Amino acid sequence: MSSIEPTSGPPKGIGPMQRREARLAYGMLAPTFLIIASIVLIPLLANFWISFKPVQLADLRPPTPVANERVRGDATAVGDQIRIEYRLRNSSRERGIADVVMTDSWPTGLTPVDLDARCAIENQNLRCALGDLEGGYRERLRIEVTVEQAFLDSALNPRDSKPVLTGESENILTNAELTLDNFRKVFAGSEFWSVLKVTIYYTVFGTAGALVLGLFAALLMNQAFRGRAILRGLFLFPYVAPVIAVAFTWVVLLDPFSGALNAILQQTGAAGGPINFFGQREASFTLLGLEFTFPLALTTVIAFEAWRYFPLSFLFILARMQSISGDMYEAAEMDGASPLQQFWYLSLPQLAGILSVLFLLRFIWTFNKFDDIFLLTGGGAGTRTLTVDVYEQGFALANLGAGAAVAVVVFVVLFTFSIIYFRFSPKDEG
Amino acid sequence: MMAVLRNGLLLAVFSGALWGVLAMIVLGITFALVSGAPAQPSVNAAALAGLLGALVLMLREPAQRTMALRFISAATVLVVLFAASFAQPFGLALDVAPFWQILAILLIVGSVSFTNWACLHDAARGALRRYDFEKILIRVFKGFGFVFFTVIVALPFYVLVMTSLKSQQSLLANPLDFSIDFSGGLGGLFRSYGELFTQFNFGRYLLISSIVSVATVILTLLFSVPGAYAVSRLRFPGRAVLSRSILLIYMVPAIVLVIPLYAVFSQLGLRNTVAGLLIIYPATTIPVALYMLQGYFQGLPAELEEAGLMDGLSRLGVIIKITLPLSLPAMASVSLYVFMIAWNEFLFAFMFLDDPDIFTLSRGVVSLNSSEVPRQHLMAGAVIATLPVLGIFLWFERYMVQGLTAGSVKG
Repeated sequence: MSSIEPTSGPPKGIGPMQRREARLAYGMLAPTFLIIASIVLIPLLANFWISFKPVQLADLRPPTPVANERVRGDATAVGDQIRIEYRLRNSSRERGIADVVMTDSWPTGLTPVDLDARCAIENQNLRCALGDLEGGYRERLRIEVTVEQAFLDSALNPRDSKPVLTGESENILTNAELTLDNFRKVFAGSEFWSVLKVTIYYTVFGTAGALVLGLFAALLMNQAFRGRAILRGLFLFPYVAPVIAVAFTWVVLLDPFSGALNAILQQTGAAGGPINFFGQREASFTLLGLEFTFPLALTTVIAFEAWRYFPLSFLFILARMQSISGDMYEAAEMDGASPLQQFWYLSLPQLAGILSVLFLLRFIWTFNKFDDIFLLTGGGAGTRTLTVDVYEQGFALANLGAGAAVAVVVFVVLFTFSIIYFRFSPKDEG
Repeated sequence: MMAVLRNGLLLAVFSGALWGVLAMIVLGITFALVSGAPAQPSVNAAALAGLLGALVLMLREPAQRTMALRFISAATVLVVLFAASFAQPFGLALDVAPFWQILAILLIVGSVSFTNWACLHDAARGALRRYDFEKILIRVFKGFGFVFFTVIVALPFYVLVMTSLKSQQSLLANPLDFSIDFSGGLGGLFRSYGELFTQFNFGRYLLISSIVSVATVILTLLFSVPGAYAVSRLRFPGRAVLSRSILLIYMVPAIVLVIPLYAVFSQLGLRNTVAGLLIIYPATTIPVALYMLQGYFQGLPAELEEAGLMDGLSRLGVIIKITLPLSLPAMASVSLYVFMIAWNEFLFAFMFLDDPDIFTLSRGVVSLNSSEVPRQHLMAGAVIATLPVLGIFLWFERYMVQGLTAGSVKG
């Protein structure tokens, strides 16, 4: 704040004070901007780029020229001939390497009989300009040499120094080869649409479940009683504990054979046999003579989501409830409004704002969620969401390009949500 | 139609049966878990017992419900529980784990009697006014809610801790037996933990997780404090856009960044390193820290800083001498929140770390999830990963809750 400026309103032009202030501000923001640009913004763009490229996971290792050196024959006297052999190959089967040069230094006292045309030797230093090696290239480069006394005396071996190879290979990530295959592959199978359906199902019900549980918990805690602080702390455990801990606990708890829950259900007669909560795609039950089928693993995963994230909605809703003035309720009480009427006509309208903001935020974050499903089911049994599909395509199937293409879909859907959120969020709460 | 249902007796039937069922399920299963006995709680008997106990209370009008009536009600619960379950409330003869069984039965009778009284003590017998009816109904539902939430939150954590203390054989023999076995002494009880620290390198993982989390907190603050100050206090072109887009950046899902970062970090040789994590973690937490701090800085009175400037302090001096001391609570909240995010982070640790010498705890626990490692080791690893963050949370709960509410635009 420049205290010298008159407070009657911002001046039209930018004065030297402001310019200094702006420069200071940019300076203070520069480190943040740099790290966010390099770890978030540029990778985001890079992801779009990769989604148009035919990149496999293995392509991240650039092709390199490799040479193994062998020595054939025994040298016992001056004038004996031995053969030095370089077994050359390109480490990549598909991609070529340009301008490969091999250098190696030999012990003294070796004279080549006839040198390969690509090679030259100078001061015991061999230099071979091998040119371009195409993918899968293999060659045995043989050089016959005669030995002199110096070599026999030195007891050195040509293999003592390793050949050094240099070459240029195209970086698969930066070359201009572009393709739409990744997107074609992603959208082609019927799989994609089922993944999208599962994602929507998971996001909608996971968000709604967490919100309803959070609202219920907040209603319970919105009154003073002994032990409230302890209970509130306990209710936050699922969210604060590391995801690996709670996810594996659920896996162990719900294990069909050694899990406590299945044991309880069977012992009390609630279930006939072990239920594979995370491994069974569909389950059916009969109610009033009608048979209902529902996706079991997906439902369990949604239950986990609601369980793990209700504490968050709980905290927000409770904070909002505690800021509602009590006068209104006293007036309603005087007018004889029943508790449910008070909740319905007074509390809910007051909570509508926070509930809708929470719904959108949780919706976005549930949509983004990867860890939970990945750890619970690995995306099996009909629980593969878009985010798990990114991993599946990119790393399990080792097709980075296809994974990036799914990630593009994730981002586009998300971007739409975010725009909706910022359009509708009240200015003071966003 | 609804008016017919608004009847004290009906409410008593509903409430009594519900509490009978709940008490039997919760305490019956707790009994089975604690004693290891193969209990089969008779839920129907308990429902009937709770229901009749509630009706006994309703024999008199609210003003005449004496202590004696409460005792009669409790006795009714006890007698009906035994009668309806043929003297086997848990489907077991009474001489199986007698101490625990009698304790569980007494607890069931006590809790059903208590909740019946708490819910129904002022319920009139006949038709109820809508107000009173809803009041009592909400009481019942709230009671149910407390039991429900406590159980769903506590049960997994209880199972987590208890499984980590078991041996492989006893786990397979009876999955419900969570009694603590002291026969092997403390060493036997905590054997899994000992093995994790001696054979699985968990001491090192603990150290690396601590270093990574603390370093992330420090780096995040170093970046976000000046940034937040600039956004909240200084005027510059683009400020409005910036302060609104911070959160947008935070919405970018990690999974979208994983592939390009994996590709680039592989080629730069940063992938399988702690330094790589220390670049990524702060970058993902800076936006939310900046957002939280900026909100706090805006709430501080600008006059203090102006006075400091007038007295000849530089901007940096103002920040260090005035702004930071005033915002210590916010800094604490931000630090705890960032610590929690870094400590619990899974995705990047899982994708980037291959070398067991530099695993974080999250990554280390995932490596225990294989068929060759016994389950109790996995659970013990999970406990080791959970305890520090839960301990810090409980210790600094006030700040942590502030951090969560301010920052949990994140999932």
